[in-house]
Amino acid sequence: MSNDKTLTPPPHTEPVVFTRDMLDWLPWLEPMAEADMTEHHIKSLVDAARVKSPYFRLLARDPDVLEARTRTDKDIFYNPEAGLPRAERELAAAATSRLNGCIYCASVHARFAATYSKRVDDVQRLLDEGVEARLDERWEAIVAASVALTALPMTFGKEHVERLRAVGLDDAAIADLIGAASFFNWANRLMLSLGVPATQPK
Amino acid sequence: MTDVIDSLVCIPPGSRLDAIRAQRSEARKHAQASYASLFEPKDLAGVSADERHAIAAFVTGLHGEPKTDGFYVAKLPAGLRPAVATEVAAAKTTGPYGRFPKGPLSAEDTPGPSWKASDAGRAALGPRLSAAFEHTHMLVFHPRDAAAPSLQSLLDAGWSTTDIVTISQLVSFLSYQIRVVAGLGVLASTL
Repeated sequence: MSNDKTLTPPPHTEPVVFTRDMLDWLPWLEPMAEADMTEHHIKSLVDAARVKSPYFRLLARDPDVLEARTRTDKDIFYNPEAGLPRAERELAAAATSRLNGCIYCASVHARFAATYSKRVDDVQRLLDEGVEARLDERWEAIVAASVALTALPMTFGKEHVERLRAVGLDDAAIADLIGAASFFNWANRLMLSLGVPATQPK
Repeated sequence: MTDVIDSLVCIPPGSRLDAIRAQRSEARKHAQASYASLFEPKDLAGVSADERHAIAAFVTGLHGEPKTDGFYVAKLPAGLRPAVATEVAAAKTTGPYGRFPKGPLSAEDTPGPSWKASDAGRAALGPRLSAAFEHTHMLVFHPRDAAAPSLQSLLDAGWSTTDIVTISQLVSFLSYQIRVVAGLGVLASTL
């Protein structure tokens, strides 16, 4: 029996739809107290501002994994060299989060997808209707490939690669899509299982 | 150290896929660093090497991706292999399923099992690993059903908060690694 306990989050309203609104996230396990964090823990946050985030202070309990996770994440999404445009890496993240049911992750990456693509209505349709939403052939091919990598059993096959090539993705872009959808199978599971999303007070 | 993803996908140096992965050299390096910090950490803290490998083999067995499964099963102590294989066979299902918060999304609720380890599995694995496997099954197939009671079951079985962070990272990282190996494998077959 561990002496640790799960937390009871303060009164909050849980979002009941997928949204592009900013959400909060409330942990079910005790994050590290800022005062207890060593230089090693702080370094694992990569961005010092993340010390204010309960999510990252909770993950900082295993700092080496957190730092490697974060640096993997940043390169998959932020590296501007070649590959898939940022908007579509975010689309793959949002589609994966929509299918797994991570309302928090979907909110963040739907906002990014909308910002970078300027296709607010298409992004919102993905959130409202789910991964079968009509978008356009290129975006539907990206969503379908993300779904095929996410669902179990995985069904991602040559037909997905061919469909992506047909809508203009080169090999580096397809590799980025695989990285982005796969990474959100990592991120969704942490966000979904270690805490709960909450609407922000107006 | 050999890059695990390169090795499982069979990406030889100088190949087309090697050049593509090199364009995301930080992601490549830190995916490997994630593996190393989970399976060859400087300090195992509260989760032993055998426990880490047993949970990993359970995750890869549930995904059914043969290359990653072979890799992690090979790291299991021989004594644990039959129990892990039996529990994988009993636990394997399709996903993702689960419930949404009550409201408009309830129409999309997809029912599915809350898997429990068998009595024989529980005897072979012990209470800590049995609880970890049950939580792992949820993370793999129906992560949106996770809530405080699932974490409380892990605490009750003797895992600490920090151990739960490590186990959660381990299962979630593998959910990534398995898909990258599967996805790049398909891409490689078309080059």
